[in-house]
Amino acid sequence: MPLRHAYRRRPSRRRATRRLAADLALLAMAAAFALPLAWVLLSAVDPGAGLRVRIPDGLTLDNFRAVLTPDITYTPLLNSLLLCGGGTALTVGCAALAAYPLSRFPSRLNRPFLLTILFATSLPITAIMVPVYALFVRVNLIDTLQGTVFFFAASQLPFAIWLMKNFMDGVPKELEEAAWTDGASAAQSLVRIVLPLMGPGLAVVTVFSFVMMWGNFFVPFMLLLSPDRMPASVSVNDFFGNRGMVAYGQLAAFSVLYSTPVILLYVLVARRLGGGFALGGAVKG
Amino acid sequence: MRRAHPAVRTLPLVPALVVLLLFLAGPIAYCVWIAFTDLQLTGQAHSSFTGLANFRRAFRDDAFLNAVWLTLVFTVLSSLVGQNTLGLALAALMKRASKPVRTLTGGVVITAWVLPEVVAGFLLYAFFRREGTLNAVLDWLGLPRQNWLFTLPILAVSFANVWRGTAFSMLVYSAALDEIPAEITEAAEVDGAGGWRRLWHITLPMIRRSIGTNLMLNTLQTLSVFGLIWVMTRGGPGGRSQTLPLFMYEQAFQNSMIGYGTAVALLLLLVGSLFSVVYLRLLRTEV
Repeated sequence: MPLRHAYRRRPSRRRATRRLAADLALLAMAAAFALPLAWVLLSAVDPGAGLRVRIPDGLTLDNFRAVLTPDITYTPLLNSLLLCGGGTALTVGCAALAAYPLSRFPSRLNRPFLLTILFATSLPITAIMVPVYALFVRVNLIDTLQGTVFFFAASQLPFAIWLMKNFMDGVPKELEEAAWTDGASAAQSLVRIVLPLMGPGLAVVTVFSFVMMWGNFFVPFMLLLSPDRMPASVSVNDFFGNRGMVAYGQLAAFSVLYSTPVILLYVLVARRLGGGFALGGAVKG
Repeated sequence: MRRAHPAVRTLPLVPALVVLLLFLAGPIAYCVWIAFTDLQLTGQAHSSFTGLANFRRAFRDDAFLNAVWLTLVFTVLSSLVGQNTLGLALAALMKRASKPVRTLTGGVVITAWVLPEVVAGFLLYAFFRREGTLNAVLDWLGLPRQNWLFTLPILAVSFANVWRGTAFSMLVYSAALDEIPAEITEAAEVDGAGGWRRLWHITLPMIRRSIGTNLMLNTLQTLSVFGLIWVMTRGGPGGRSQTLPLFMYEQAFQNSMIGYGTAVALLLLLVGSLFSVVYLRLLRTEV
């Protein structure tokens, strides 16, 4: 009896030690990852912020007050919202429409089309920005909001179509067939039945597209020229680079303001999907 | 509905196709064309076809070869070694750790990933600067300090890319590890296989497809990093962190040679397509 007891206890104690070791290792890694994040959070409220992580001299909102002006914050964030909102709406709209026939009507062309789409998802968009610039100069789309919105949409569409098609495959066809019998058209069944049923999937595609565009620097950096059209991703760079003495506290405060929306959006979607591991899974195919 | 003509059925594809053709396929075709011309930024009236001149020039250009070498270093260090290994290590540790630690670590690592590229660039610029956090930590540990962005800029930007990109590998590997049946690991444990042997003989073979996909996607993402390096070093000092995207930008805009810059872009696109095709092959064996 005592022997059996000992036999049963040893593995559990070993497991506990192992868990402790894993916890410590993870905490060390988390600390390393957190250091740069700590800098931005602490500097944003530090009246005498510098380049290193330190306990602030005192708490202040002056940094935020200094950057909350039309020039530095409001206009760039509004531009970001217009660009990314427009781009996302276009992406999600086109992707939802395109995914429907791909998911519902079997055709010999579906497979080659989807393979092309998948191929396009992984092309390095950075590489084509120089020719896109040259092309946009030619067709007079350079430095326009609509041109940038369309390019954003085109660069996100392959992945959005791929995700959307996979989510749509998960909606059972029977429900739709019932609606068709009642005389609903394909358009009606898409809008009234399929899209509402794939709410979480739609949210993932929307948030993912928006977050990708919100953080994108190179596309607006290349395609927009006038300072008053620049989104936050580009304007912050001028704010940082073109002023001799950099006010690090203000830079940190602006970074916090600019990053918060995408982090909130991510948390929102991750919650709904239980951990946000769905994107990793979706990318895996 | 059921009687709809096949042509009508494909109508919903039209908007997406138009956008993709005009704004993605079009620029790629244009890219292929101007890579073979001497187009310049200064807006000369005619650019002329110059055949392979841009490419011949590239392979004689030391700055180009330097950029190729740095891109290789950057990709191997940050994507193949850094993000991939660290992502797997994090995912494996998370399976054993307690829930609060797991949630905390996941949250921190994913935040680094979700942050806008430029903000990530600032944070790591501050981290690696001479008066930044890294040197403060090294002082505290009694280790010699360095001016990282000057002495080893390519290492600094590689670390920055690891910091920013590891979350993706972590998510992919967490999903993959969850799919390994617990019985298999337990059976190996009972048979007395140690941690490293289990990793080598059981875990890695079982997640090999995820490893392949993850490596491809990491590499593709790393090949197109621009903003992060631009914010941290602008490719400098003296071109010592100038990877291909930054080289391409400099040739096209600082040196006004769009044709030459595009030729470099086309090479980058070709390498990207190659990886992309390998990625498709990997997926096909999986599906």
